[in-house]
Amino acid sequence: MSTTTAPTSAHRRERSTPGPIPMTRLLDTELRKMFDTRAGFWLMASIGIAAVLASAATMLFAPDSAQTYESYSTAIGFPIAVILPMIAILSVTGEWSQRTGLTTFTLVPSRGRVIAAKLLCSLGIGVASMFVALAIGAVGNLLGSTLNGVDTSWNVDPTQFALIVLANVLGMLIGFMLGVLVRNSAGAIVGYFVYSFMIPTVFGLLWTFQDWFRDIQPWVDFQSAQTVLFDNTPSGEQWAHLGVTGLIWLIVPTLIGLRMVMRAEVK
Amino acid sequence: MITIDALTKTYGGFTAVDDVTFTAEAGRVTGFLGPNGAGKSTTMRIMVGLTPASSGSATILGRHFAELPNPGREVGVLLDASAQHAGRTGREILTIAQRTMGLPRGAVAETLSRVSLTDEEADRRVRNYSLGMRQRLGIATALIGDPEVLILDEPANGLDPAGIRWMRDLLRDFADQGGTVLLSSHLLHEIEVIADDLVVIGNGRIVAQGSKQELLAAAGTLARAEQPGALHRALADKGITASTSADGAVRTEADPAVVGQVALAAGIALTELRPADGAGLEEMFLELTAASQREGNTEGAAA
Ligand SMILES: Nc1ncnc2c1ncn2[C@@H]1O[C@H](COP(=O)(O)OP(=O)(O)OP(=O)(O)O)[C@@H](O)[C@H]1O
Ligand SMILES: [Mg+2]
Repeated sequence: MSTTTAPTSAHRRERSTPGPIPMTRLLDTELRKMFDTRAGFWLMASIGIAAVLASAATMLFAPDSAQTYESYSTAIGFPIAVILPMIAILSVTGEWSQRTGLTTFTLVPSRGRVIAAKLLCSLGIGVASMFVALAIGAVGNLLGSTLNGVDTSWNVDPTQFALIVLANVLGMLIGFMLGVLVRNSAGAIVGYFVYSFMIPTVFGLLWTFQDWFRDIQPWVDFQSAQTVLFDNTPSGEQWAHLGVTGLIWLIVPTLIGLRMVMRAEVK
Repeated sequence: MITIDALTKTYGGFTAVDDVTFTAEAGRVTGFLGPNGAGKSTTMRIMVGLTPASSGSATILGRHFAELPNPGREVGVLLDASAQHAGRTGREILTIAQRTMGLPRGAVAETLSRVSLTDEEADRRVRNYSLGMRQRLGIATALIGDPEVLILDEPANGLDPAGIRWMRDLLRDFADQGGTVLLSSHLLHEIEVIADDLVVIGNGRIVAQGSKQELLAAAGTLARAEQPGALHRALADKGITASTSADGAVRTEADPAVVGQVALAAGIALTELRPADGAGLEEMFLELTAASQREGNTEGAAA
């Protein structure tokens, strides 16, 4: 060591302990991180693009009798129901797959708060994009009915819309669950397709060939419990089915995933 | 100040970090030296809470890292410069850090110029960064919060000679102002010019630690003669063990004065005689970590 060190400089300067990082700041940065790469930006943009394309297709190809707001919202709903869970998955898994977690979790050691911020941002984007879709569908419906020369029909009521939003929120929660459980982008996306297509197929087979399964099916089949949200207003029992299956297929695995996120090594 | 106390980390049956205890003092640069796989990165990850310890503790400024309210403002960390989203620009990555820490906007531009990344480079995506540019960006992320402690894992990796000189001056300055610096390396030459204190680790265990002078003092003598073999034998006759490297340098633990006497008595003209400082430290490094070295047999091969 050099002998010229001034002893007075042993303390760099008066340091005040910095305040804690508020949640609003985490929300701000997590939201920013969802848009600030090309991949992220186009994923977000794809919601609007898909809504416009779906509206255009309905306008051109649906028969006059189907030039209704419901047709438009259904057509738009399909792609969005796939894109939104991807957004939720990637917001979580990126920290591991891109290894940005090394920086993120050193700047904010409380992983729970980071993950909560990610969830809130995903859900916020999900709900906002539903309203964007609603607006695009409305424009499509107006244009479509005018071009096709039929009366404009507004046959979607607020309850229905709320149920569809709820269904999409559930879809995002499933994506989020797979994200925290798998913590790898490719793995979680594959997991999502297994979860949403393979499991229902297996249940379908069981339902067809196994009598005993028919009785318990409503209480174990999460996917079919969710479909009622898109179709009609669920009855009390159907809500119960949704609650029980959601506990098994969503809440329990989410809790396991969160526990793993808290303990896993970040490297 | 960083205090590591009886830190142990096991993966299944394998002990990556084995009862490690040391402190990195404020106002000093502490070099954390060890061969590949010695446990340096693991120890550093435990310090910042990214890896849970199996037992023992690590505190920074008297607190566990997780208890720091806004860690980036107190501890600058660089663990792996390549662990960045390849699709973000350097400026964006630094902006995320700036916003997370709640720093003024100007901090980004200021820090970029501090690590000599130009505006044009800062707007490139990290995918297109050279290794050295990534390293500079990583150092920028560590520095932006104006911390009191720096924890840097192989920060000189990929830097050009001017970059290494720049980093050396930066860390010296940081420590002279009362900051604590802990930096790891598996390259001795890199660390011996920067560090005040050394902690040498091999196979997860600390094999030596102390100030650089202390460790250097134990390093002995380097001598050369027209016939190194003759000098070697003359020393051996006096019961002094020495080793002769391929380039003809004879190294021994004995003092230079003793070696000079032996050479004179044997009528050998020395062409060089000096304390083995830098080179000796290397010897020590190889020796201390020999048991844990992958290339444990190179010494035999070279002799
Ligand atoms: N998750 C893990 N499971 C099993 N072994 C591990 C795990 N993580 C690290 N190790 C082992 O721990 C040891 C220490 O690794 P570490 O990365 O700390 O070494 P290092 O000193 O940083 O080496 P280098 O100079 O090459 O960076 C290595 O043998 C490594 O294989
Ligand atoms: Mg390492």
